[in-house]
Amino acid sequence: MSENKIEIRNLYKAFGRKQVLNGVDLDVKKGESLVVIGGSGTGKSVLIKCIQGLLVPDKGSIKIDGEETVETSKNIHQKMGMLFQGAALFDSLSVWENVAFVPLQHSKISRKEAKNEAIKVLKQVGLAADVADLSPAELSGGMQKRVGLARAIITRPEIIFFDEPTTGLDPIMADVINDLIIESAKGLGATTLTITHDMASARKIADRIAMLYQGRIIWIGTVAEMEESDNPYLRQFITGSSQGPIKMEV
Amino acid sequence: MLKKTFETFLQTLGRAPVGFIVSLGYFSQFVAKSVYNCFMPPFYFKLFGKQFLNIGFYSLPVVGLTTLFAGMVIAIQTYSGISEYGAESVVASVVLISVTRELAPVLSALMVAGRIGAAMAAEIGTMRVTEQIDALVTLSANPFRYLIAPRIWAAIIVMPLLVLFGDIIGIFGGYLVGVYKLDFNPANYINNTMNNMEAVGIIMGVVKAAVFGFIIAVMGCYHGYRSKGGAQGVGEATTNAVVTSSILILVFNYLITELFFAR
Repeated sequence: MSENKIEIRNLYKAFGRKQVLNGVDLDVKKGESLVVIGGSGTGKSVLIKCIQGLLVPDKGSIKIDGEETVETSKNIHQKMGMLFQGAALFDSLSVWENVAFVPLQHSKISRKEAKNEAIKVLKQVGLAADVADLSPAELSGGMQKRVGLARAIITRPEIIFFDEPTTGLDPIMADVINDLIIESAKGLGATTLTITHDMASARKIADRIAMLYQGRIIWIGTVAEMEESDNPYLRQFITGSSQGPIKMEV
Repeated sequence: MLKKTFETFLQTLGRAPVGFIVSLGYFSQFVAKSVYNCFMPPFYFKLFGKQFLNIGFYSLPVVGLTTLFAGMVIAIQTYSGISEYGAESVVASVVLISVTRELAPVLSALMVAGRIGAAMAAEIGTMRVTEQIDALVTLSANPFRYLIAPRIWAAIIVMPLLVLFGDIIGIFGGYLVGVYKLDFNPANYINNTMNNMEAVGIIMGVVKAAVFGFIIAVMGCYHGYRSKGGAQGVGEATTNAVVTSSILILVFNYLITELFFAR
């Protein structure tokens, strides 16, 4: 059995004439926290959506626990959880119904039991029980992210994806979310794949960091290795400089 | 240079038909997938009930008002058009036939398309652009079964009921004008209506209603499901849902009438 939880080989995806993923090779080891960094429009979200089966790649292979998942008919989502960039909570359901969505749909438990379970998980992410009956629209951005996190972890998934988890949050709330991500992932022993362009967040939650540029992984290593690296693309990105080999399309 | 200009010209010329065929392909695939998933478990009865109430109960006032005035107008038009031939006996049957066969199904469907088709496109479109549909997939819920099947079932079942309600109100509208404005004898009017009542007209109205319900739900869901690009995309989806379903309602109205009465 391979020690890799996720193995991506030679992944290509284009939208019309725009080649977004251009031969991505990436391994995510069991239990590690891998953060993919890269500028806007470099294909980070497309990569994560391909892994989850939300988009079908044009070419290439994605294996989870050694099993090919591209165009598989198996339900690959049971072992995955995902925190979306905008939390993607269902407006038509209350907070607790959002959190307990999977238990309510797929388990034979009563609504009361599901609600208790949801409140327990909401507490784990730092939200009080009285939030449970509110509608998602009544929550602040940070609270919505916490609810999204609670919904992602209630099924105790083996892999959790985080799509720009700190975008749109103030620095303090962003750090709170980072801590919650670390705590919940470690608590579950889950493998996590995060995409972000927030370097403070990446440094805090990553075991390893990979940089995506023009649809390819151009650098991968630990946080310490990143600080030492003289890769000009990586240096420009982590220092946030407009001068360097990466030219922004304006 | 000339070759390049010619190529660009051909590309521009070909883009629209190719785009149309691609959209038709997506649409056919969407309809096939929707119909298939309407028959596959799990069935979300609570969501079906919610849609049933929304499409049916809350559309009663608008359908009632529309068919009431339609029935009233037909009574006046019929009377003024053929009064010299002794229209009194004809008005009741013309109101009956036009309301049950055409006006109640078509007007109700156009009203529901505006009210419900637009709402479906806006709701599903917003769910698409805020990644809620992706979230459904990651939570192992099939969006076609969770979002689309309950809407299609509710629309197919509730539209015939709405049209039967519209039939009654429309005929009542004709009665009001006939009795209180044109001074017809109430008992004669009711007798004329009952004597001319025929199953085929009412059945046709009901069949039309079910087909229109399917069209409204499918077009609303399709445009919402494929919307992209934030608020503007959702706005376009809403407009397209209403326009395409209205046109399809009129086309299918003709086809079903032809099917029932073609000689």
